[in-house]
Amino acid sequence: MMETLNLWEMWAGVALRFWPVWLSMAGSYLLMRSKRKQLGVFGHLLDSRVGITGLLIVFFWFYSAVFADLVATFDPLEQFYRYRRKPPGIIEAESMIPMFFGTDNLGRDLFSRMVHGSRFVLLIAPSATLVAFIVGITLGLPAGYKGGRTDSILSFIANMILSFPVIVLFYLLVTPGIRETILPNVMASVFFIFPIIFALTVVRSRYSERPGLMYPWIVIILILGAWLYSGVVFNADPLGWISMDPNELNIFAAVVFASSPGVFRIVRGLTMDIKTRDYVAAAQTRGETQWYIMLWEILPNARGPLIVDACLRIGYTTILLGTLGFFGLGLAPESPDWGSMINQTRGLIRLAPTIVLPQTIALASFVLGLNLLADGLREESLKD
Amino acid sequence: MLGFIIKRTLIMMLTMLALSLVVFTLVNLEPNLRKLALEQNNNRMGQEAVDSWLDKNGYRRPFVVRYGEWLTGVISGDLGYSTRFRMPVNEALPKRLGYTGILAFWVLMTMVPSALLIGILSGMKEGSVVDRILSIVSVTTTATPEYVSGILFTVIFASLLGWFKGVANVNNITFENFTLPVLTMSIYGMGYIARMTRASMSEVMTSQYIRTAHLKGLPFRTVVLKHALRNALIAPFTVILLQFPWLLTGVVIVEKIFNYKGFGWVLVEAAENNDINLLLACSLVSVVVVIGTQLISDVGYAYLNPRIRVEP
Repeated sequence: MMETLNLWEMWAGVALRFWPVWLSMAGSYLLMRSKRKQLGVFGHLLDSRVGITGLLIVFFWFYSAVFADLVATFDPLEQFYRYRRKPPGIIEAESMIPMFFGTDNLGRDLFSRMVHGSRFVLLIAPSATLVAFIVGITLGLPAGYKGGRTDSILSFIANMILSFPVIVLFYLLVTPGIRETILPNVMASVFFIFPIIFALTVVRSRYSERPGLMYPWIVIILILGAWLYSGVVFNADPLGWISMDPNELNIFAAVVFASSPGVFRIVRGLTMDIKTRDYVAAAQTRGETQWYIMLWEILPNARGPLIVDACLRIGYTTILLGTLGFFGLGLAPESPDWGSMINQTRGLIRLAPTIVLPQTIALASFVLGLNLLADGLREESLKD
Repeated sequence: MLGFIIKRTLIMMLTMLALSLVVFTLVNLEPNLRKLALEQNNNRMGQEAVDSWLDKNGYRRPFVVRYGEWLTGVISGDLGYSTRFRMPVNEALPKRLGYTGILAFWVLMTMVPSALLIGILSGMKEGSVVDRILSIVSVTTTATPEYVSGILFTVIFASLLGWFKGVANVNNITFENFTLPVLTMSIYGMGYIARMTRASMSEVMTSQYIRTAHLKGLPFRTVVLKHALRNALIAPFTVILLQFPWLLTGVVIVEKIFNYKGFGWVLVEAAENNDINLLLACSLVSVVVVIGTQLISDVGYAYLNPRIRVEP
């Protein structure tokens, strides 16, 4: 006879397990409240009901990822053969720990897998979006500012990638066959060179007349860049701190590849709009360099729409990662990410309808949180 | 106008050529060829046997020759032989495309009118209760990808309520088994189109000529239907057409969830079985669909909106 919790006990148990998350959420909220004057548009966010809802959902998943080990009740990979496809609330007899959301086909605890799954998404989605943004900004600024041939060639390439359905792209780029070749490393080495170029250009354009400040910065950037680059792209970090699995690198490269053309188009459009403003003309008259104008005059003034787009794009990347998991592309089969979980459990709906719920609702709620956050930010930035 | 269309068509051809080259390179990478050889014969083949099989079937010829051969084949209408279905691609693909065409037709028939309606209703009076509720609905639908909503719908409507069937059949399309795939696909795309329509509608509603129409004493209905809609629907028109890349990805996901054996199913089969010619053909079809709709949207936008100047 297996003991189960009733519905009320189950939800109370779940709510209690998330205690570190609630605590950190309350802390962050109060901190934001007290510092709202300094936070700019993020401070205004607290006035909008939509924005605050989105922010809290995003905080929830962020802190779940941070405290996944504390929140989860079991090891996400541990299999209990006696407890396969059990309904929510079943209690594991040996440890007397409840399996809040039931178990999957291999007897793994769905609650723990869902909590640990947030780690993969919250690590890859924002960082891939960040890299995509840096690639898009580094190429979009000159395309929009200079126009001409640079613009035609870059826009042609961007439109070409965009006219490719994402799913075909993934089936071509995220396969075991591709991982046997050097293609993912080539792609990653191209994408990850952009942050270094970007940082160097930022420093060079700012301190071009103060070499005493410029050279130390350049040295720091080069050392840091080389260290991160060797770790991420070639999995050969001399200190052994940073490593990336070949399949994670493959996914990362494919996701950056799929989303940077979109960023490029937005940055290009914004640049074309902003370059007609008076302050840009003033900078041109002062004789500032082109890159100074692009990075220190145009980019800061384009930040509003870009922040909103970044929120939406993290959500979109989350959906893309889910799509990859759903098609079983690129990830290790036991990996507890939400997309793979959906793929593994969707065949069992007839046997146990609740088996698909945790991971589907987790994914949808995180994306919803990001979309609401973007809506709130857009609303508040329009008010200024 | 004609010059504009010709220029766009030329760019489109160039894009397709470049993409076909990229896809051809990717599907013909060494590991893929090796896997194809293993799948077509017995899986325990040695390295030498793999090499000789590839050699015998012409996969070892220079890349340029093979690409040229494929390209001339495509231009003359021959897409090659599908190793997965063991028949020419020209026989395997059109039938499946037809099935997906039926799905896409019904998706558009449900998605577009309801999205426009939601967008118009919420854009008509910005900030009203209706607007707030509909905005939340459309944000929620854009946040729910097909593989989430499809599964949730199956749980609710097929497992718990038993109204519809969770599996669709291409040979026997009924209301019962076709509702969920159509619903799943239209709901995801709907939110985005509705938001675009809302933005466009609310912008039009604040413009001067609408104010004039109000002040002339025209009833609200007439102002919306006769004056606002015409201009408000230009932007959604392009958005709907630009949704096609998403629609294609959605087709693949939905066909997989509901086991509807159309184009998306073929694409997955081709990719998972290293069927080079079929995968190339599928990519070609998707690119043609996407770029074709882009062309229509560009031309249509220029035609509908006289303020856009066409540069030949």
